Amino acid sequence: MYAQMIKSTGQGVKSLDEMEPEERAFQERIDAGGKIEPKDWMPEGYRKNLIRQIGQHAHSEIVGQLPEGNWITRAPTLERKAILLAKVQDEAGHGLYLYCAAETLGVTRDDLTRDLLSGKMKYSSIFNYPTLTWADMGAVGWLVDGAAIMNQVPLQRTSYGPYARAMVRICKEESFHQRQGFDIMMKMANGTEAQHKMAQDALNRFWFPSLMMFGPSDAESVHSAQSMAWKIKMNTNDELRQKFVDQTAPQAAYLGLTIPDDTLKLNEETGHYTFAEPDWEEFFDVLKGNGPCNTERLEARNKAWDEGRWVREGLIAHAEKKRSRKMAAE
Amino acid sequence: MSSPESSPYNEDDASPHGETRKTEWPLWEVFIRGQHGLSHRHVGSLHAADAEMAIKNARDVYTRRNEGVSIWTVRASDIAASSPEEKGSLYEPANDKVYRHPTFFDIPDEVGAM
Repeated sequence: MYAQMIKSTGQGVKSLDEMEPEERAFQERIDAGGKIEPKDWMPEGYRKNLIRQIGQHAHSEIVGQLPEGNWITRAPTLERKAILLAKVQDEAGHGLYLYCAAETLGVTRDDLTRDLLSGKMKYSSIFNYPTLTWADMGAVGWLVDGAAIMNQVPLQRTSYGPYARAMVRICKEESFHQRQGFDIMMKMANGTEAQHKMAQDALNRFWFPSLMMFGPSDAESVHSAQSMAWKIKMNTNDELRQKFVDQTAPQAAYLGLTIPDDTLKLNEETGHYTFAEPDWEEFFDVLKGNGPCNTERLEARNKAWDEGRWVREGLIAHAEKKRSRKMAAE
Repeated sequence: MSSPESSPYNEDDASPHGETRKTEWPLWEVFIRGQHGLSHRHVGSLHAADAEMAIKNARDVYTRRNEGVSIWTVRASDIAASSPEEKGSLYEPANDKVYRHPTFFDIPDEVGAM
């Protein structure tokens, strides 16, 4: 997902009886479907876990602009270019909504940015794959945004108020992203033979990395158990992955494209597809920094930060100058 | 609202707060009034060097799809807020004053709409 392998306290979920009164009241409020707001008491583990999760989610939105930004100047028509620009601009907005939600937990956006730039905090593994052809813009919207939606829709009900509200805004816009991707795929799949091939190639390359977005099975994970008890994670990784495959397989069939998995098959009894697991070694390797584009992505973000420094400082200086002139005039 | 009231983010998780603080743009809260005559409503926050830039950024971030016709921004540090601990003393007195709601009064049917 946009937030992968998020560590929680690692201590397992406490029962209500084991909790101090404050924490018990907090947990009971969450159990009853209540929202936690910034100034409310919260366990330190909840706060830290959320900062890691929301921060990683925000970083993913920001870094996620890079593979798509790659095609803005080369979009095939003016309309496609305008649409892609709007989409990439949305991603910047999504990053911002999320940084703001994280800031309510007592961290600043610059703290988070620094941790992204130093490599201390991660972003989703998916953005370390290159976008080689125009059809990849279709595949990213259809599959990557499609996978993100699977996770983000339930997160609208997450226990932390500012995070839930950010998700509501994001989900409204995300639907446009997925549809524009599918629209590109339809055009390509129904186009010339070369275009159809390009669409199939994009699906071939993005299928397994999209499945990896959900992260490895976490049915046994103590971190996930705690996050689910706190309602900052709403479903297991396997549940979401299954839902994604069930939704996407018929869409691929509609496009006349073949999902690159010989074992993919609808189980008539359960109504769910069986499918092959992605290569988890590759996933961990990409997380470690060894994906095809890790270095390029981080370099691009660092370059933007370093080269934007004079702008940030200049605007602060300008604002201070204006303020002091105004005070002198009064 | 974005008011980092909880204990500071500790060094285990972040770079120490140093140099960046000086150059970090202040936080602004954004309020938008929609098309249909409703009040301004809090929609989120953003960073900007000054008020003018806060309005411009708010336009880019929060009104990309005709969400509003008017924007207010205010420095987050200028907002005074009630604290959750005051919940009881502030809001409980209203609980036993049901007569403040029109449904408290039974008006006979023959009187008609009121």
